[in-house]
Amino acid sequence: MRSDGSYWLREHRGTLLAFAAFVAMFAIYAGNHPAGLNANVATTAANKGVLLAIVAMAQTLVVLTSGIDLSVGMVMVLANCLASTIVVGSPGETALGVLGVLFTGALCGAINGLIVIYGRLQPIVTTIATSSVYYGAALALRRVPGGDVNATLADALTGQLPGGVPASLVLLVAIVVIVWLPFRRSALGRAAYAVGSSEVAAYMSGVPIRRAKFAAYTLSGLLASMAGLFLTCITYSGEASAANGGQYTLYSIAAVVLGGVSLFGGSGSAIGAIFGALMFRTIGDLLFVFNVEPLWQPLFQGIVLVAAVCLGSLRLLRIRNRLDLYG
Amino acid sequence: MSLFVMEGVSKRFGGVRALSNADLVVEAGRIHAVLGENGAGKSTLIKIMAGVLSPDEGRMLLDGAPVSFASPAAANAAGIACIFQELSLVPDLSVADNISISNPPRRFGLIDRGAQRRIAEQALARAGAENIHPLALVKDLPLSRRQMVEIAKALARKPRILILDEATSALTAADVTKIYGVLKRLRADGLALIFISHRMHEIAELADECTVFCNGRSVASYAAGTKTDNEVVELMIGREYNAVFPQRATRPASGAPPLLEVRKLNWTDRLSDISLELRAGEVIGLGGLDGQGQRELLLALFGVLHGATGEIAVDGKPVTIGGPHAAKRKEIGMALIPEDRKTEGLMLPMSVRDNLSFAALPRLSRWGVVDRAAEREAVDRIVQLLAVRTDGVDGPAGALSGGNQQKVVIGKWLMMAPRILLLNDPTRGIDVGTKQEMYQLLRELANGGAGILFYSTDYDELIGCCDRVLVMYDGAIRRQLVGAEITERALVSSALNLGAEAADRAPARTLQ
Repeated sequence: MRSDGSYWLREHRGTLLAFAAFVAMFAIYAGNHPAGLNANVATTAANKGVLLAIVAMAQTLVVLTSGIDLSVGMVMVLANCLASTIVVGSPGETALGVLGVLFTGALCGAINGLIVIYGRLQPIVTTIATSSVYYGAALALRRVPGGDVNATLADALTGQLPGGVPASLVLLVAIVVIVWLPFRRSALGRAAYAVGSSEVAAYMSGVPIRRAKFAAYTLSGLLASMAGLFLTCITYSGEASAANGGQYTLYSIAAVVLGGVSLFGGSGSAIGAIFGALMFRTIGDLLFVFNVEPLWQPLFQGIVLVAAVCLGSLRLLRIRNRLDLYG
Repeated sequence: MSLFVMEGVSKRFGGVRALSNADLVVEAGRIHAVLGENGAGKSTLIKIMAGVLSPDEGRMLLDGAPVSFASPAAANAAGIACIFQELSLVPDLSVADNISISNPPRRFGLIDRGAQRRIAEQALARAGAENIHPLALVKDLPLSRRQMVEIAKALARKPRILILDEATSALTAADVTKIYGVLKRLRADGLALIFISHRMHEIAELADECTVFCNGRSVASYAAGTKTDNEVVELMIGREYNAVFPQRATRPASGAPPLLEVRKLNWTDRLSDISLELRAGEVIGLGGLDGQGQRELLLALFGVLHGATGEIAVDGKPVTIGGPHAAKRKEIGMALIPEDRKTEGLMLPMSVRDNLSFAALPRLSRWGVVDRAAEREAVDRIVQLLAVRTDGVDGPAGALSGGNQQKVVIGKWLMMAPRILLLNDPTRGIDVGTKQEMYQLLRELANGGAGILFYSTDYDELIGCCDRVLVMYDGAIRRQLVGAEITERALVSSALNLGAEAADRAPARTLQ
């Protein structure tokens, strides 16, 4: 009988591959950076990476249930606009504001979930529709870019800790520990995986399908609002930007794919998606250190994404039984 | 007082009465066999007991008190566990995750993996499947192992009533023996077991009571052993029961090259040096334990496996078969009836008509447009030939019973008049009546000049149907049995690779 370790490797293959690929790319980036890897370079890179990583985690939760959430970007934008309005003032007011933003995000996710579960609509259609609604709400809050945010909070989250460690990385680890790990280890999280892998088998086994989906969508909205809050801390302002929302939605799907999460649901991990997001960001930075014109960036990001997806499906070449291709 | 009683239970689907006024009385500490053809209402009965369906009429009593189940979870909570024919395992999760899926052990609100693993190990041991690793992903396990996990999962729930719906049909012979032991132990522990099987010897070995279903009604309940097999079969099919297997043809010796000739076929470590000859009019059985390369052999011939090496000749001419499309070509005329009809054989949401005519569409089309009249005529002919019981050919294939679905799969390939027919355990989970029709059909096809390669896990079938049986073990053909040599004893001993001489003192033969 094979050892426990080999089964563990099998289960976490996607996540480990994403981790290895990110480390390799980041090493090339750090090795070629003109200023070397100093604390400031690391902090800037980390802030950008963490923002996408949180959105990618939000996307992962829904993708695991074999859905897709096209509203994550807009929930982030809505949270950004809201945060630039209410996360200000005294520490008490700021704390209330943060709670308000997070609650709003969770509410947006819960609405998505309720429509998908009880309206029996497809997730892709539901979230396209609700993303418009959330964008409308963001516009209503902030017709023109502006607003402010509690500077102490913003600096704490986007700055450096003693020793030059980017605070945003600590934030990311905290989110993983507080949101992801409990979900992954809870019965509800298990149910979400089961639903994504085979909804029929899950139903037959008496798994609470509706609660699992509802939890996944709600937590997804919560995470997206955390990203919006963090975006506010980076920019010190709010902007109802349709471009931003759309871009982050698409990038989050790219990160999920790069992170080894199956778009068919049921397999993968938000940790993989985090490395997928960091990898996706590093591509852009790599182009910068190799002096490629910024205009080329989308093109190269696209090529790398296609290449990565092809690499990911290399295993299909090893499949000897063609029927497995369609399984 | 009986543990569980169903009284006058009825269920309709649209215009079809799946179950009408059915009764069932189940006692603790007994094994109750439920028999009947496919479409007789057994599956519906079980789904009602398991909380998947609600009955239209009738009532259920548990310990004398009326109960109704709104969901599988509710039936579970009442102590009813069901091992379904269609597996209820989640492929992307591990064995241990699956066994504890409905109620994982928790500590501080989170799943306790250590406890979960212990539960899994205990349940697997109870099912006699200690050799399955609790951390293996279900999707990496072969079908027979998954079925053992399914059984372990049901046992882990510590049910009072355990329902087994064709639970042994995917198992290897060794596992079946273990499961018999497990079921007898559970009976001794005071569980009520409800057991559905199409294998008469299983019922003879295990059952205390039997209830026979026919056309949605419970037609007879009796103590096991009080009726002969023939009486039981007559109750099931509601008609006279003749010799099960059609007459073998006496084949004239022919100088023509064999229809299909295979030389030194190899594929990874699953097939080694397979050589065989299939002549027109011949039915060759593939025997052996499940999973010894029989399925791979059929898939390799059909061109589905990458990197298979060896020579294949049809009518004496070497051919390369690059896939199902090539296999369909007129000069090859090969068809494969798959094992898993739901995923590989049928498009369940599409109509019976579409399913039947898919493979033959090029023949039924002119300039790329389907000739609807020709299609209708061909489809009607096949539906009639195979006696497919359907509301109409425009209904979805998914609405048919299992046996009728399998008929549609076979009919689909018959429409293109195949010369070489590969069958991968085609009668798995099919009722006696349909089986019999299928045997007859195979023999007629062979008499009409087709060559048939027939893998079956049912020894009776190999004995009754085949002119020759090639017994496979560990990816190779170990033994050939011809005509009267094909006995259960010879099949079993060679399947276990006990050695031809030791089995029945017959000299080992070389393959022709």
